[in-house]
Amino acid sequence: MDNEVKLVSGAMVALAVATAALVVMPYMEVRDIQPPPGLKPYTSAELRGRGVYIANGCVYCHSQQPRDRNFGPDFERGWGRASVPGDYIYDKPHLLGSMRTGPDLFNIASRQPSKDWHLGHLYQPRAYVPGSIMPSYPFLFTVKDAKEAEKEGEQPVSLPPAYGPNVGQVVVPTPEALDLVKYLLALNHTYPVLPSAPKP
Amino acid sequence: MDSAILSLLGAFLLSIIGLFVFIWSSRKGLLVENPKAASVIFARGEVGRVDDPALADAAQDSMQAAALEPGHPLHLADATELQDRIASDQSSAFPVFMFIAFACFWLLLGSLAGLTSSIKLHQPDWLTDQAWLTFGRIRTVHLTAVLYGWISNAALGMMLWLLPRLLRTHLHGAIWAMLGGALINMGIAAAIGAISSGWTDGMEYLEIPWQIAILIFAGFVLVILSVLYTLVNRKVEHLYVSVWYMVAALLWISLLFLVAKLPGVHTGVQQATTNWWYGHNVLGLWFTPVSVGAIYYFLPKIIGRPVRSYNLSILGFWTLAFFYGQVGGHHLIGGPVPGWLTTLSIVQSVMMVIPVVAFSINMGGTLKGRMHLARYSPTLRFMMFGGLMYFASSLQGSIEALRSVNQVAHFTHFTVAHAHLGAYAFVTMVLFGAIYFMMPRVLNWEWPYPKLITLHFWLSAIGIAIYFIGLSAGGWLQGVAMLDAARPFMDSVTLTLPYLKWRTAGGSLMVLGHIVFVGHFLAMALRFGPTRTGAALFWQNNKRELAHGQ
Repeated sequence: MDNEVKLVSGAMVALAVATAALVVMPYMEVRDIQPPPGLKPYTSAELRGRGVYIANGCVYCHSQQPRDRNFGPDFERGWGRASVPGDYIYDKPHLLGSMRTGPDLFNIASRQPSKDWHLGHLYQPRAYVPGSIMPSYPFLFTVKDAKEAEKEGEQPVSLPPAYGPNVGQVVVPTPEALDLVKYLLALNHTYPVLPSAPKP
Repeated sequence: MDSAILSLLGAFLLSIIGLFVFIWSSRKGLLVENPKAASVIFARGEVGRVDDPALADAAQDSMQAAALEPGHPLHLADATELQDRIASDQSSAFPVFMFIAFACFWLLLGSLAGLTSSIKLHQPDWLTDQAWLTFGRIRTVHLTAVLYGWISNAALGMMLWLLPRLLRTHLHGAIWAMLGGALINMGIAAAIGAISSGWTDGMEYLEIPWQIAILIFAGFVLVILSVLYTLVNRKVEHLYVSVWYMVAALLWISLLFLVAKLPGVHTGVQQATTNWWYGHNVLGLWFTPVSVGAIYYFLPKIIGRPVRSYNLSILGFWTLAFFYGQVGGHHLIGGPVPGWLTTLSIVQSVMMVIPVVAFSINMGGTLKGRMHLARYSPTLRFMMFGGLMYFASSLQGSIEALRSVNQVAHFTHFTVAHAHLGAYAFVTMVLFGAIYFMMPRVLNWEWPYPKLITLHFWLSAIGIAIYFIGLSAGGWLQGVAMLDAARPFMDSVTLTLPYLKWRTAGGSLMVLGHIVFVGHFLAMALRFGPTRTGAALFWQNNKRELAHGQ
């Protein structure tokens, strides 16, 4: 091959075909999708919490895409119905994920609706799930003198006794931790969606 | 037929048609072998001469003796052409050194971050007090540092060194390439800082915030300018196969990066498909063609024998171009994406067997009867290992994309192991080999401690073997456990623990290898080591290189 123009044009055609298939066509297919009636937009606190989720890379261990029943036991595990494109209409960036080092979180709020559980679990996952390999996130909390926290009107995290701080001290969540839990408690996509239109 | 199947068929047919058009267009002598084109990497009379700059004179001589075949006497290489090559090397030396030095720094930083993340997966309470050390961030620092910092810098350095050689000219616009390198590395440093502090765009392989990505893109554009300027000012008629791979790859990655990072365009499910279109193409249309192009140059050059079948390499190039770009969708298998998209990606993944087999037959044929030279040449050892692992990882990728296999492997560490087989055992090993070959020519100084090269090879090779075998086994068992509704999810977590520890063990060996490598590189750059006869004098350098036959 002696011609650099041929080389460059060929390379560009190849890339254009790939881009058409994987970027443009999906765009055309999903651009007119309406949000399902049961799906609410995120509140600003939930969006901030989503930011914390992204900043700390939760997506590298947790997917947000329960799959169809003939693909795996996602439904049997209580992770919810298979997700549809409309479920993600407010997601930017998408957080579908590619690993399940931990469980799928698309419907974590319906499985585990307790705010206290989530706060404590973020502080020390092994206090709630023995054998968990999720990192603990002490930097999302502050350890304070119990009296001081009471004076400031802060609500300490209730932890199993063996995992709490020293006597006279309490663990108080930072605003980031509270936002993150608000986001997790918004992850509930159990509302019904219409099945896709029957094929003619 | 519904529109989904039509679009699927359309994309597939378009690829096939495109493929044939471009193979046909480069058909000149398609059925006749073209040894002349394959020999452009040699100077006149140089065929038959082995070449490994990483070897000292005596070792080079014994390698030459081992390569001699009866009936093929050695000729003297054309001195003017060798002199031209030295001029090419000199024109690119400074930018190449700059890129490789940055690459070495990021390699060390990135692999330490990788080892840290690996340990964290089985010691989850280790180093948790600092936000920047949390798994989700340090893992991303690892990815950014090794993918963009190490592989991309080393690839650009190698490209800038090879192109003037292959085009028989000097590097045009070297200053622009260096400015580009400065921008790219500023961008990478800024990106790593941003990710550590929690500022990220949040998508795998695309974490670098788009504001910082502007720097990196601008840097790539400057390098492209220099490359294209060199290309149009070439002094050879024929473009060698490595040139196609490398120039195409450079254009591909720049456009991929640009489209994927466009802010405010992508959203929801479409963003996910774009994400994986990019994610897999970083490997498929950037790392792979660059490394394959490198093997097409270095391997024949080291053993002193032109590539066996030049036409196979044409087939390999265009099939890679037309099939690889569309394989990314299999990362979303079973997800909320159109079904035809995953199917298309699976089909194209399987089609990838063609370029891989073309490459492997070609390299096998070229090496036939000269495999034993790997005992002499450390550079050849790296290249052969890399080439073999290209075959292995790409074939594994084709199998892994099949629905039944993907169902188990998806969402598990099996995918991570596969990614490392490609990015490390193949790409990184090829880059190591290339750097060992290039640096004596770039710095006009021999590698001070040749034994360290062998040590590095074995640390890396054994390290990645442990890493890959351990993590693949663990990942597969994890996938099987996850699909079994009768077993609790926690089973799939706890059963991976021993394998995650094996990963740390393999990773430690790899890090150790990198410390040896970067230390050796530093020692060379700082002119350490046994004194070589008169190596500091320019006229003597030239004499030595001529004597080597380069």
